[in-house]
Amino acid sequence: MPVTNSPRTLFDKIWDDHVVERLEDGTCILYIDRHLVHEVTSPQAFEGLRLSGRRVRRPDATVAVVDHNVPTSDRSKPIEEPQSRLQIETLEKNVAEFGVPYFPLRSASQGIVHVVGPEQGISLPGMTIVCGDSHTSTHGALGSLAFGIGTSEVEHVLATQTILQKPAKNMRVSVEGKVGPGVTAKDIMLAIIGRIGTAGGTGHVIEFAGSAIRDLDMAGRMTLCNMSIEAGARAGLVAPDETTFAYVKGRPFAPKGEAFEQACEYWRSLASDEGAYFDTEVTLAAEEIIPSVTWGTSPQDVLPIDGSVPSPSDVADPARAAQIQRALDYMGLEAGQKIAGTPVDVVFIGSCTNSRLEDLRAAADVVRGRHVAEGVRAMIVPGSGLVKHAAEVEGLDKVFLDAGFEWREAGCSMCLGMNPDRLTPGQRCASTSNRNFEGRQGPDGRTHLCSPAMAAAAAVTGRLCDVRELVKETV
Amino acid sequence: MDKFTELTAIAAPMPTENIDTDQIIPARFLKTIQRTGLGKNAFAAQRYDADGNEKPDFVLNQEPYRHAEILITYDNLGCGSSREHAPWALLDFGIRCVIAPSFADIFFNNCFKNGILPIPLPREICDELMDDARQGSNSRLTVDLERQVIVRPNGETIAFEVDPFRRHMLLEGLDDIGQTMAHDAEISSFEHRLARAWVPSITIGTVK
Repeated sequence: MPVTNSPRTLFDKIWDDHVVERLEDGTCILYIDRHLVHEVTSPQAFEGLRLSGRRVRRPDATVAVVDHNVPTSDRSKPIEEPQSRLQIETLEKNVAEFGVPYFPLRSASQGIVHVVGPEQGISLPGMTIVCGDSHTSTHGALGSLAFGIGTSEVEHVLATQTILQKPAKNMRVSVEGKVGPGVTAKDIMLAIIGRIGTAGGTGHVIEFAGSAIRDLDMAGRMTLCNMSIEAGARAGLVAPDETTFAYVKGRPFAPKGEAFEQACEYWRSLASDEGAYFDTEVTLAAEEIIPSVTWGTSPQDVLPIDGSVPSPSDVADPARAAQIQRALDYMGLEAGQKIAGTPVDVVFIGSCTNSRLEDLRAAADVVRGRHVAEGVRAMIVPGSGLVKHAAEVEGLDKVFLDAGFEWREAGCSMCLGMNPDRLTPGQRCASTSNRNFEGRQGPDGRTHLCSPAMAAAAAVTGRLCDVRELVKETV
Repeated sequence: MDKFTELTAIAAPMPTENIDTDQIIPARFLKTIQRTGLGKNAFAAQRYDADGNEKPDFVLNQEPYRHAEILITYDNLGCGSSREHAPWALLDFGIRCVIAPSFADIFFNNCFKNGILPIPLPREICDELMDDARQGSNSRLTVDLERQVIVRPNGETIAFEVDPFRRHMLLEGLDDIGQTMAHDAEISSFEHRLARAWVPSITIGTVK
């Protein structure tokens, strides 16, 4: 436990500033500044409130949005799938009954909850932010403590604006140096998960530090923090700095004028103190990271694009060997084969990991002057209506449409197969999303996680390939 | 929430690491607005073929494990999505206790909220319990939360750790919202701290 006046981490400071009460056994009642709500994990929570006659304690700290279920095609038609429609209608009924602010499907600002929150200035540095979605860790890019919760906890937060938790352990992952051309935040994060594993961060909050992290723009930091959960961490954090403040300034729900300056002063004070204690420290050299993809069915199954798929005979533990074999069978790959050159059927650029304007620009830079390979379905799904609009103002839609991509409406789309955008059995997809679990993008679909630039390169060549070779051609 | 005190039941062995919540309940089944009814689709991809027929080689399709109330796995059980539909699906199938060398944080937490007891134990002990489980219906395990022990079929006991607050909630079948609401005065006083002036309110009508 941190002793008063001893050096504290960024996590310790945000935590300490939100403890309402410390209970006897060390469990804390932690105050929550922002509660983001979506249609999939909230209906049972609102029903619980209704059954016990409780209200939403702070509707003015709660925001709802629809994203998981929504079709990303023509929005003028009613939603065909009856269960999806019911879930969306249920959210609309609940926000009306409980007085919760809501971005409806028809709103120009609708989008994926983890894109909308930062974009609107609803998520701010120094806050505690929760949502019934594991990728809530995304908001940690702002220097806020943001984590996913289950539906029972959604109900708890709606009723009390607090959560019961014990403090996490501190982990610092430092990435020092400069990344090479074609290497993005996604590649950095895949490298980190490849190093520490999907349970490497269990029980910890990860603070990302080092010069390569400081150099990232906010979209890159969001990609990084987004996938903290794929490393098993409760949350990911980047200390708020001038890049953060420039991003936040002027957002619709951010403090304005003098209030903003005062807030910045507070936010600056949150950075980890010199000498603060981290339970676990990991350091990576930025120069050693190259564009990467996953080969298997866990995000830790990462390969640099010049790498080869592992073999069950590489490992001593029979359970691990069996799992490699199962992943190879599921993915339709041979042990020892080069991952580059693997043909793809679908390319999905989108999701709360990589659907921001910067991601679309990176993909467009690869696509410009090229065309989607024959037989490949390639789709771009902007993270929000505002991202879509901003991309259209820059003409990115034209770049993608001319190249044969689909240009779709905002939503979670093919990240999780809850809406009409799904892989069919056996289809292989280069995807900018966050999970390559069995069946994640549709039953028996095969997912290779990668950056938007790498996904774009796969789209135009029809194969997993090193984007740096394409960019070289253009130079 | 149902109380959890003592359970004597069949345990199903699933010697696999990183069983994610997408495997426990695939996303296409999350469209429900209720907590119940998910059991029939627990582990759907492994349990059923494309035509909806049971795959005989999957443990939960075999006797006696289709009546299992305890699940034993390897590391990092419940990784991935925060969906509470995963413990809801397990509970609806009949699972009241999950044993593994380690768990993903959110899943671990979600289990307690639904009257499922998650028990972390070293891999070697999980292997022993898995061997017990493989003996089938004559080989039930007893999980005694009051005494914090698992009793093996040979009578040997294995002690386990559990957070005292969570143990109390499970033993009594309590919902924690009511308990937290008893701290309303402290929560209100926190909300009125001057240092929090930088947190703006979001008022209805301003969201467009």
